[in-house]
Amino acid sequence: MKGLIGRKLGMTQIFTEQGEMVPVTVLEVGPCYVTQVKTPHTDGYAAVQLGFEEVKPRKLTRGQRGHLKRAQLPPLRVLREFRVKEEHLDEYKPGQKLLVDVFNEGELVDVTGISKGKGFQGGVKRHGFNRQPKTHGQSDRERAPGAAGAGSTPGRVYKGKRMPGHMGHQRVTVQNLRVMRVDPERNLLAVRGAVPGPKNGLVTVVAARKTRR
Amino acid sequence: MSYILQSLADQQLKEEVPTLYVGDIVRVHNRIVEGKNERVQVFQGTIIAMKKAGPASSITVRKIGAHGVGVERVFRIHSPRVEKIEVLRHSKVRRAKLYFLRDRVGKKARLKQIRR
Repeated sequence: MKGLIGRKLGMTQIFTEQGEMVPVTVLEVGPCYVTQVKTPHTDGYAAVQLGFEEVKPRKLTRGQRGHLKRAQLPPLRVLREFRVKEEHLDEYKPGQKLLVDVFNEGELVDVTGISKGKGFQGGVKRHGFNRQPKTHGQSDRERAPGAAGAGSTPGRVYKGKRMPGHMGHQRVTVQNLRVMRVDPERNLLAVRGAVPGPKNGLVTVVAARKTRR
Repeated sequence: MSYILQSLADQQLKEEVPTLYVGDIVRVHNRIVEGKNERVQVFQGTIIAMKKAGPASSITVRKIGAHGVGVERVFRIHSPRVEKIEVLRHSKVRRAKLYFLRDRVGKKARLKQIRR
């Protein structure tokens, strides 16, 4: 399992070797440090905890500083855990540095981020409800959600009924994005297509879990 | 746009692109992949529009094809598929987009040549 933490820088377009112009999202990924290795023996499951982005020591609590000190690491802002198969656990040692070059051009990755918050939104934007007629005697109903269910049978609104409410600011994963460019010098990764979240938003990049044949 | 994105976009730019103007008559050497074969096709015509957008910059070239049919093609000038652009001559033009040429046939569709 390959995984790294990074930040989204924004989108641009680049040419492929075939001369096709493709949209890409540029991510600043790594350097990440292995901060802790969790084994089934000690923690009940196998995982690797990675840290990203150095900060001033006073930005962290003493507990966090102490945790990083055990791995002889500088203060790091972000810690994230990645599940790893047990047999690959010994490839990771606390203190180890991981760079973008764990990914290769042409590979598929999944990118997870927090989507942009949209606030309280109605059914049309949030769930793609159809708009109601603008004319034919209608007033004030254009973007209304309409009926929420049947009448006195069942006499209630079903659970999970799609309604207006808070939209966005959710953990979203986009699967199978192709890696178009890797730049180890500047820790840059360009993946084809869009990635959830705002510019400078935190993202995690892992090798694709489900790859279509 | 952050400077990193800008630098990535700048890497996409070709080092040598001739200075082009709207109204120029150009020969565009375009690489075409047909199945396994690759060949270069030349398209000659007048630049009737230019779009400046960094690496996505493009020109619209119009020519009169067989039987007087107008043919327009858009080329991304920084694309690796565009091998070469030759400028044959410049014309006197007073606007940025020469879309009026589409409605003109024959002698009226001419542009006056100038030397730069």
